[in-house]
Amino acid sequence: MNCPECDAPISVPDDAAAGELVACPDCGADYEVARSGGSLELKKAESIGEDWGE
Amino acid sequence: MPRLCIAFDRLRAEEKMLRDSAEGAGYAPLMVDAKTVRAGTSSGAAPFGDAVLERCVSYFRGLHLSAHIEMLGIPVVNTLAVASACGDKLLMTARLKAAGVPTPETHFAFSAEAAAECAEREGYPLVIKPLVGSWGRGVVPIRDRDALDAIIEIRSVRDGPHDRIYYLQELVDRPPRDIRVVTVGGEPVAAMYRRSGGFKTNLALDGTQEPCRITPEMAELASRASEAVGGGILGVDMMEDRSRGLLVHEVNNTVEFKGISRVTEADIPGAMVGYAAGLVRK
Repeated sequence: MNCPECDAPISVPDDAAAGELVACPDCGADYEVARSGGSLELKKAESIGEDWGE
Repeated sequence: MPRLCIAFDRLRAEEKMLRDSAEGAGYAPLMVDAKTVRAGTSSGAAPFGDAVLERCVSYFRGLHLSAHIEMLGIPVVNTLAVASACGDKLLMTARLKAAGVPTPETHFAFSAEAAAECAEREGYPLVIKPLVGSWGRGVVPIRDRDALDAIIEIRSVRDGPHDRIYYLQELVDRPPRDIRVVTVGGEPVAAMYRRSGGFKTNLALDGTQEPCRITPEMAELASRASEAVGGGILGVDMMEDRSRGLLVHEVNNTVEFKGISRVTEADIPGAMVGYAAGLVRK
């Protein structure tokens, strides 16, 4: 898969679960793994919100 | 076998540990990304199973998802009431105080002017904390009027709904560490010391974790703090005040446990999964 931002290749493990995060090794953009009909997709990860935490 | 649901919005190590634990116990967990949920007053119970562990990293997303799940009649951990109490520091402190749980001296002010008057009367240093937020964000020591005025200025520019309410706390005289106790159903499961070289000890800010033996005093205080906010699965934070002993300064709603798992042999995710399974309505 290629980074939607900079087009660099991103390696996503076959067993990656939906919701896991991966980062582009070139530009550092964060993506969330999504599954659609059995195939993997990358969605732009949400940035840290003011209400994030535990 | 009941179906457990783990509702998340970012799949962290904790959610994977819960998933693996639930799978190991035979619960075949339903992993639900809260960001994909579309629901309404006519919604059925799918896809939440028989009980839900609400694990959203976004407090407000998790809070409102919990309201929906409770509307469906499905048990959710933590309950909406507990999440509401723990997600707002003023509400949490009020619960602790009302229950007689020792907690740092804290002042509430409902305008910038009242906050300034409060600080001048109580004296410095103080600690200012945002009502909503975690990982130590926005927690700032206030050592003089200039520092307070800077915070007031920032808040007046931002002017969010919580920015006009001020939560000012004494700066507790303590060792450079605090204590995190994870409680499940009111029972302490594991504890750690969190240490840092600075003012904040949050692991999210590069604090470090060390093993901590749960003393009877810690256990009793953690259980009382849990009861004060309504129970469930919680992270109770304590400081060791040099003159007064243990003080509970925070109770966390969606407790993170990756760090504490490195310094304890306790099966934290197993205890959480077992607790949630026990809530399934027969």
